[in-house]
Amino acid sequence: MRRILRRREVVEDDWRLAGEEGVDEAGSPALIVPFADFRTHIAKWRAYPGRLGVRLSPADAAEDLAEDIQRLSLVAAEFPTAGEGRGYTQGRLLRSRLQFKGELRAVGAGVKQDLLFIMARCGFDSFELAAGQKVEEALKALDRYSVAYQPAEPVPSIRQQRYSAAG
Amino acid sequence: MYQYDQLDQAFVDQRVSEFRDQTRRFLAGELSEDEFKLLRLRNGLYIQRHAPMLRIAIPYGLLASRQLRKLGEIARRYDRSFGHFTTRQNLQLNWPKLEDVPDILEQLATVQMHAIQTSGNCIRNVTADHMAGIAEDEVDDPRPYCEIIRQWANLHPEFTYLPRKFKIAVTGSPADRAASEVHDIGLHLRRDKQGNIGFQVFVGGGLGRTPMIGQVIREFLPLPDLLSYLDAILRVYNRYGRRDNIHKARIKILVKSVGIARFRDQVETEWQAARDIAPGLEASQVERVRSFFQPPAYELLQNIDVAAGREPEFQAWYRYNTRPHRVAGYRAAFISLKAHGQNPGDMSSGQMEAVAALADRVSFGLIRVTHSQNLLLGDVRQSDLYAVWKELRGLGLAMPNIGTLTDMIACPGLDFCSLANAGTLNVAKQIQEQFDDLDYLYDLGDIEIKMSGCMNACGHHHVGHIGILGVDKHGEEWYQITLGGSVNGFTALGEVIGPSVPQAEVASTIERIVEVYRAEREDGERFIETFRRIGVKPFKERAYATHSQAA
Repeated sequence: MRRILRRREVVEDDWRLAGEEGVDEAGSPALIVPFADFRTHIAKWRAYPGRLGVRLSPADAAEDLAEDIQRLSLVAAEFPTAGEGRGYTQGRLLRSRLQFKGELRAVGAGVKQDLLFIMARCGFDSFELAAGQKVEEALKALDRYSVAYQPAEPVPSIRQQRYSAAG
Repeated sequence: MYQYDQLDQAFVDQRVSEFRDQTRRFLAGELSEDEFKLLRLRNGLYIQRHAPMLRIAIPYGLLASRQLRKLGEIARRYDRSFGHFTTRQNLQLNWPKLEDVPDILEQLATVQMHAIQTSGNCIRNVTADHMAGIAEDEVDDPRPYCEIIRQWANLHPEFTYLPRKFKIAVTGSPADRAASEVHDIGLHLRRDKQGNIGFQVFVGGGLGRTPMIGQVIREFLPLPDLLSYLDAILRVYNRYGRRDNIHKARIKILVKSVGIARFRDQVETEWQAARDIAPGLEASQVERVRSFFQPPAYELLQNIDVAAGREPEFQAWYRYNTRPHRVAGYRAAFISLKAHGQNPGDMSSGQMEAVAALADRVSFGLIRVTHSQNLLLGDVRQSDLYAVWKELRGLGLAMPNIGTLTDMIACPGLDFCSLANAGTLNVAKQIQEQFDDLDYLYDLGDIEIKMSGCMNACGHHHVGHIGILGVDKHGEEWYQITLGGSVNGFTALGEVIGPSVPQAEVASTIERIVEVYRAEREDGERFIETFRRIGVKPFKERAYATHSQAA
C-alpha cells in the first residue's frame, strides 16, 4: 500500500486507482477514477456504490466537476513535474468556487517538499509524495512560513493579521 | 519609502532560511541540478558562463541610502566590488559563490531587501517610473500600488509556477518612462470623472524573440479591484498559456492567439466569478501603504538659475543630466552610469557607498534606479546642484550624456551571460569611442540606442530608436540593426534595416545612420521624428554605402 501524508499524518492509502493493475473496481470501497473515464462513463460512476474520487490532469477544467462535487469524497490533481503549475489553480477553484470539502490530494512526480507549502495554501490537504521524498522533511516543510501575503488557508494572510492587530 | 513591519520581515527571514536549507540539500546531493534550478531561480540565482549570477530586486527602483551602502558592501565582500543595474530595476552580481548566496540574502534581509522572484517562471520584480512622485506630469505616485503588487506577488501560492516569466510595470505619467507597454501587464494610473484613482490596463506586451506591444484590456479599473483583476488575468494565463514550447509560453502569445476581445471576455468572466471570494483592496490598506510615500520635508524655495556664469562643463551637465521637479527650488539629478570606457549600468562598491553618503546629504537619503540603467537623486535643492556635480565628477559619475546616443542600454552580453551570442560590452565601448565628441553628441540630440546580445532582448533592442541585436553567424559575432523603435508614450517596434554587419563595423554603420538624420532633419526635429517622417528607406540606402562585406 502507498503511504501518503494526509492532514499532517502519515497514513496507508485506502484509495485505489481505477485501471491500475490488480484493482477490482467493483470491490474497492474507495476508488479514484481518471477524469476522462469519469466523463465518458458518467452514468456508471454516478451509480457507483462506494466512495468515489476523480483524478484531474493538468489540462482538465475543475469546474466540470461542479455537478458531481457533492458526490465526490476526493479529488486528486496531478503535478507531473515540479514546474507544472496548473494544479494550483485547480485546487483554488475546487475549494473556493466549487466549495469542495473532501480530500484534495496532490499526486505525481512533482509533489516535493519544497512545494507543499504553496500546495497547502491552494487547498491541498493530502500529498502522495514523489519517490525519494522524506516524509519527516515534508511534514516540516508545511510549516516553513508562519506568514503569507495572500488570503488562503491555513496561514492567515498578512493583510488579515495586520488589520486585526491594528483593530 | 515603504518600511517593513514585523510580518514583512518575518516573511523575508523565513525565505532566507528556506533557501539556506535548499542550498545545503543541493550541496549535499539531496537535490538534483534540475530540482534545485526551479528553487534557485525563484531566489534570483542563475548559473552563468563563468559563475552564478545573483539578481537582486530593487522594487520600483527605490533605494534608501543604507540599502545602496549595503549593496556596495555585499559587492565588495562577495563579488568583485561592482554590480550591474538592469533595465528592470534589479542589481546583478556576476561573481558570487553559490555557497555564499544564503549569506548574501541574509545580509539583504537586514536592510529590507530580497531577490525573491527575480527570475524563473513567476511574477517578477514590479517596476515603475524613476520620476515617480516628482514628475510634473504625473496623475498619481505609482509606488504605493507597486508595493501592494509586490506583496501580493510574493510567493503567490497559485502563480509561482506559471508557463513563463511575468513582468508588471506601473506608470503614473503619460510619458511612460517605465516602458510599461512592453510588459506582460502595464498599468497606467488614471482618474475617472469623479477623481477616483484607477488604472488603464495593458496586457500582452513583451520583447524577446516575438516582440509585441501590449493591448488595452480595460480602460479603467477602479483601484479597489486591482488585485482581484490581476488574479483573474494570471489565472486565465496560468490555465491556458502554453507550456509545451518555451518560445510560445508568454502571455503575449496567448493574447495574440485568442485575440484581445476574447481574452478580455475570459478575464472578465473569471473576474466576475472570483470577486465574491477575492475581497477588494480596503481603503485603510491603501492608506497605510500610501502613508510611506508622502513627500519629504521640502523647504519653501524659489526656482533659481544655477547655471549662469558657471563653467561650460557644469552647464552641459545641468542641461543633460538634471530634470525639472514638481516642487519649486528642486531638481532631479541623474547619476550617469554611462561614462565612456565603462560597461553601461555598472557601478563600483566605492561609487555606491559615496552616492549613498551624497544622497544622505542632498536628497533625503533616497536614490532611484532608472529603466535606462542610471541612478537618480530625486530631490536635490537647485542651490546644491553645483556641489553635487563636483562630487559626482570626482566619482566618475557626471558624464553629461543622459538622453544622448552614448546613454545606451546594453545587456551584459557574452562576457557574462550564457545565452548571449555577442559581446555587447565591446560594441558599447566601440560606440563610445566613435562618438567621443560631446559637441557632436549634443548636435545629434535625443537618440536612444538599445543593445541586446541575443534575441531574448534583455537590452530592449526592439524599442531603441537604434536597436542593435547580436547574432551568431558560424561562430562569429554579427549585429542586426533596427530603426524607429520607441517607448516613452509612443510605443513602436523597430524595423530591420537590412543584413547584419560584422562587429568591427557597428559603430561606423551607426555613424552613417545618424549622418542621414543630420542631412535630412528639419528644424528642431529629433532623430525619431525624422525617422517617422522619412521612413526607413533613406537609412537603408546609405547605412551600407561604403562597405560590401554585409552578408
